[in-house]
Amino acid sequence: MEALVASALGLLTAAGLYLMLRQRTFPVIVGLTLLSYAVNVFIFAVGRLTTNMPPIYGPDVAGYADPLPQALVLTAIVISFGMTAVIVMMALGAFLESGHDKIDMNDDDTPAEGDAK
Amino acid sequence: MSLALIAALPFLGALLPGLMIRAGKNACALVTGSVTALALLMLGLHAPAVLRGEVVQTRIEWIPSLGLNANFFLDGLGLLFAGLILGIGLLIILYARFYLAKSDPMGQFYTYLMLFQGAMVGIVLSDNILMLLVFWELTSLSSFLLIGYWKHLPEGRQGARMALTVTGGGGLAMIAGMLILGNIAGSYDLSVILQNKELIQASDWYLPALILILLGAFTKSAQFPFHFWLPHAMAAPTPVSAYLHSATMVKAGLFLMARLWPVLAGTPEWFYIVATAGLITMVMAAKIALFKDDLKALLAFSTVSHLGLITMLLGFGTVEAATVAVFHIINHATFKAALFMSAGIVDHEAHTRDLKRLGGLRRLMPITFAIVTIASLSMAGIPPLNGFLSKELMLEEAAHTTWMANPWLIGVLATIGALFSVAYSFRFIAHAFLGPVRDDYPHTPHDPGFGLWAAPALLAGLVVLIGLFPMLTAAWLVNAAAGAVTGQDIAVKITHWHGLYAPALWMSLAAIGGGLVLMGLHPRLMALWNATPRPEAKRIFDGIVEPVARLAARLSDALHDGALTRFIAIATLTIVAAGAYAFATGTFAPGLREMTPIYAVPALGWLSLVLATLAIVIYHRNRLLTLVLVGIVGLMVSLAFAYFSAPDLALTQISVEVVSIILMLLALNFLPKTTPVESSGTRRGLDATVAVVAGIAIAVLSFALMTRDPAFAPISDFHIANSKPEGGGTNIVNVILVDFRGYDTFGEIIVLGIAALVIYALTEALLRAGPANDRLLAWRPDQRRAGDRHPMMLVVATRLILPIALMVGVFMFLRGHNLPGGGFIAGLIVAIALVMQYMASGFAWTAARQKVDYHALVASGIVIAAATGIGAWFNGMPFLTSAFGYVNIWPLEQFELATAALFDLGVFLTVLGAVMLALASLSRLGLRAGETVNVQPFDIDPSEGRSLNSEEAR
Repeated sequence: MEALVASALGLLTAAGLYLMLRQRTFPVIVGLTLLSYAVNVFIFAVGRLTTNMPPIYGPDVAGYADPLPQALVLTAIVISFGMTAVIVMMALGAFLESGHDKIDMNDDDTPAEGDAK
Repeated sequence: MSLALIAALPFLGALLPGLMIRAGKNACALVTGSVTALALLMLGLHAPAVLRGEVVQTRIEWIPSLGLNANFFLDGLGLLFAGLILGIGLLIILYARFYLAKSDPMGQFYTYLMLFQGAMVGIVLSDNILMLLVFWELTSLSSFLLIGYWKHLPEGRQGARMALTVTGGGGLAMIAGMLILGNIAGSYDLSVILQNKELIQASDWYLPALILILLGAFTKSAQFPFHFWLPHAMAAPTPVSAYLHSATMVKAGLFLMARLWPVLAGTPEWFYIVATAGLITMVMAAKIALFKDDLKALLAFSTVSHLGLITMLLGFGTVEAATVAVFHIINHATFKAALFMSAGIVDHEAHTRDLKRLGGLRRLMPITFAIVTIASLSMAGIPPLNGFLSKELMLEEAAHTTWMANPWLIGVLATIGALFSVAYSFRFIAHAFLGPVRDDYPHTPHDPGFGLWAAPALLAGLVVLIGLFPMLTAAWLVNAAAGAVTGQDIAVKITHWHGLYAPALWMSLAAIGGGLVLMGLHPRLMALWNATPRPEAKRIFDGIVEPVARLAARLSDALHDGALTRFIAIATLTIVAAGAYAFATGTFAPGLREMTPIYAVPALGWLSLVLATLAIVIYHRNRLLTLVLVGIVGLMVSLAFAYFSAPDLALTQISVEVVSIILMLLALNFLPKTTPVESSGTRRGLDATVAVVAGIAIAVLSFALMTRDPAFAPISDFHIANSKPEGGGTNIVNVILVDFRGYDTFGEIIVLGIAALVIYALTEALLRAGPANDRLLAWRPDQRRAGDRHPMMLVVATRLILPIALMVGVFMFLRGHNLPGGGFIAGLIVAIALVMQYMASGFAWTAARQKVDYHALVASGIVIAAATGIGAWFNGMPFLTSAFGYVNIWPLEQFELATAALFDLGVFLTVLGAVMLALASLSRLGLRAGETVNVQPFDIDPSEGRSLNSEEAR
């Protein structure tokens, strides 16, 4: 399975980065989501892959998967949700303020009045 | 501890004005002043010991391995300066209270002032030079804020920038110099460095260190050729000028030269650099001061001149000269601060400080006139005032100093400097106060209230007192400070009369006489001055800074022009290159770890993930389709977690997936539904290359990682072994989250709470009047609306599901400590259950029936988690130590109670609140965009066959 996970990771990274290099906010957000998957799975994979060995005490278990990366990734998933939510909101705000959803400002975009307040 | 507290008090005090300003300006000034007064009092308590010759020390080890310790020491020099900084600081606080206009934000002013005060006190009390450097930079920064306090004035901003550039640049040089010094001495403690004179002066690095340190000191103390920033800093409010540019900041450079005098002074290099620079500065600035019409500009150049005088005395390198320097520091602080404040009063009352427009104020402002006269005469060096005493002593020293085998050069130049000084001091009095009363002042002047003149009057009183009774009022302080500078016992003898044979007498007389003559010739000299071209410092400065700034701008624009895509591409390629370099040059073990076998079903999952990802890239312009595909990827990732023994992760991932997709759908409601083709084929090809290179790198790296065993034993074994015995839970991941690494989790829920608040704040900003609000109000749906927005089937089903879903949430929460679940997952599940109601019956309908404030939810979660952590303190344990026990209640089975569960409750509430706040914020945008509010839970009642919500309220 290692080869499959590694290839999936590479693909998710490449797809995520490609989308993040687009010009509009929505693909960038989707790209970031894909990249978050890749990063989370990568950190998880640092604990090496194990099947049928959840890190939960039980009678007659052969061993435990590495719990530490799992704990790290668990909070990372929740935090990346928070981050995605903020970015989505920012993208939405930028679209509503400026009338377009390009990630780079047009030359004629000036900061809106509302920002200064 | 007490010394550290003196340095810390102003910083702590800086927090108060912002709060107290709500209680009024008097309260704000009073509180700020009492903090300074308290620090001054604490300093005073140490004074007797210091005056006896003791050195008070406070040592706090911080990073001993780097030599970075918070060591403070107080000797005579420190006492003098700290006393000046705090004492005059107190007067400035009083003065500023009455000086600042109603429209000036006073809380901000006092905050900046206290920051500056703390930084200055830090400099003079630091024993560690690294810490001294930090405080030094802090003075540059805080003085920048103070000089630029009137943000609306371009001169203020430019002056602040120039001061920061010059003093900050000098500070950088000084860092290097100080590090060299510390290296030579083998310690960063001043008290050690000061013992190593021979070692330092014998070192090859002495000269570079000297030059670098002097660069710092000269720029700060406005010595030639760095003097030009100070007059431009006069754009600051007068209290700032009086504080920074008479008594404190510009004296920081002098302080440093005095502090390092024992190890740096006494060499020819020191003499020729310091004394020469001081001499030039003194004469040149005094001359310029004579031709300035702006009162503050005159005082500014006069300050530069007097700083030059003190620098020159320190440069002489003799004990006597250093003693005079210390004495003049005291005198200059008293008369110059009084003069600055008086100039401020004139400006405040007459609305101008231009000498050409003033005159005759003697009758209109008698009190101010008295103060100015005393202080100016002292500045001119007229007996019996204190300025006379130190000037006499200075001239005496100058007369006995030989420069390049020339015995009279310094004496003559010093006399000329004194002569100019007399002339501009008289001019200050004569052109502003004497002469006939005019009728064309911009504002009819009169003496201000007591509050404004109290501080300068007190200082003028000191000028007289020190002048009349120098041995009683100042000699003890001079002795202590000069003793600390020179390391010798000083018993100074200050008298008014040095005898007929003292050269100083004749030099003084020449200066006063010459000064009067110059005064008389002033109109003609002024015409000559105006006719002569001279270098304009500001133009030269701008001429140097602007091209540099342009070059820097061009360089940074080329590297990052603000385009996100360029950032990402550069960062990605850099990281990949660094990784490739490390991979090529490092060593690694062969991948011997046995691989897990591939089965058909997981392989199918992999295939769907790969296909979905590829489809996202191909079809990403269709945004709705993209979201569906992202859902598939997320699902596959959760399944992968489940397959690879991470049930907690699988549960978290799948519930996060649901809420994020909903969130993005809500956003997509407003955003365009498709992405247009914008970039060229070449561009896409380049982007794809960057992405693929990074992807391959990640794939190779992760494969290499997974096929090898860890190089070092992971620390996870500790968690596995102690989860049950120490943490009381069988779910190791959960125990790590709520117990072993509880601190991390605590931080993370705070981040989550902040993210939710940011979203809320963004929403608030969008809903305020502005282009975004206009667009929302004018918004027309760009897609067909559903005929039945709240289908009865969905409404009924979600109502049925709600209690079950909530129960699942509670169940997940309760079992979390021992089985997959916990606060994070439970919070997400409950959030989904609630969101389902929103989806089924609409936001407003649901919100009206569910009166929970999501802010309060986030806050209470964090508070509960914090309280659980703090609870450990009461048992004498560190923050967040958990406890657990087992309880038997018939007829239940034995169960466990753990404080970690309370902590997890905090996590649960924060996650729930944050998710709901984010989604609710988006819904509020929808309401503003004309989404109707339904009165009934669903739109169409089939039994009635009509629309229930026909009277929808907007």
